[in-house]
Amino acid sequence: MKIMVVCGSGLGSSFMLELNVKKVLKELQITAEVDHCDLSSASGERADLFVATRDIAGQLSGKTVVSLNNMIDLKELKEKLGAALGSVL
Amino acid sequence: MHLTELLSRDRILANCTANDWGEALGIGVGLLMTDGYVDGRYLQAIIDNHQKLGPYMVIAPGICLGHARPEDGALKTGASLLTLNPEIAFGNATNDPVWFLLCLAAQDSDGHLQALTELMELLMDEEKMAGIRLADSSESIWGIINQ
Repeated sequence: MKIMVVCGSGLGSSFMLELNVKKVLKELQITAEVDHCDLSSASGERADLFVATRDIAGQLSGKTVVSLNNMIDLKELKEKLGAALGSVL
Repeated sequence: MHLTELLSRDRILANCTANDWGEALGIGVGLLMTDGYVDGRYLQAIIDNHQKLGPYMVIAPGICLGHARPEDGALKTGASLLTLNPEIAFGNATNDPVWFLLCLAAQDSDGHLQALTELMELLMDEEKMAGIRLADSSESIWGIINQ
């Protein structure tokens, strides 16, 4: 299982969101490889699931994407990531 | 690098006023430019990102993280912080208006990651964020960040 976190430039918010994705995966007791990248390289990345905030998620066509409104809301992340993992696993 | 090294008291402004999001970003990036962290291209790169990718940089309600890439004119790794009063709309349907604007310059892709880890902890600390929002001076904000 590989999860890719995406933001506009790949070095600010995607890293911060990756921290929370790892935190939530630990809570859900799910083992996965998590990495981050920028939007332009995301199209060439292979991952089972992509995670991004809403504006970015809308531009990731053809991928399985978890779209977040609030990057620091662990509850939203846990709900949406949990649901998406249920369909991917 | 810790968050307290990424930021400095001189690059924090409390209760900043601006007419629109572009002007607010200009003030935040201006603080970085004065200290030699970015060159003149950096602000335009952030504005271009905003227009190309949408206002994705408003990462949570009221919170904006403005930055571009190292090759867009980031000379050193550092950040500035503005609290905006009144708040300003950045065009993000779910997270507007913005009161916390952090402008980040990263010289490479990993030198600032410890500081961003600490920033994430700060953003999720409701008590400290409420304190920063009410703070009326850069000294008070700096004090909260250093707690």
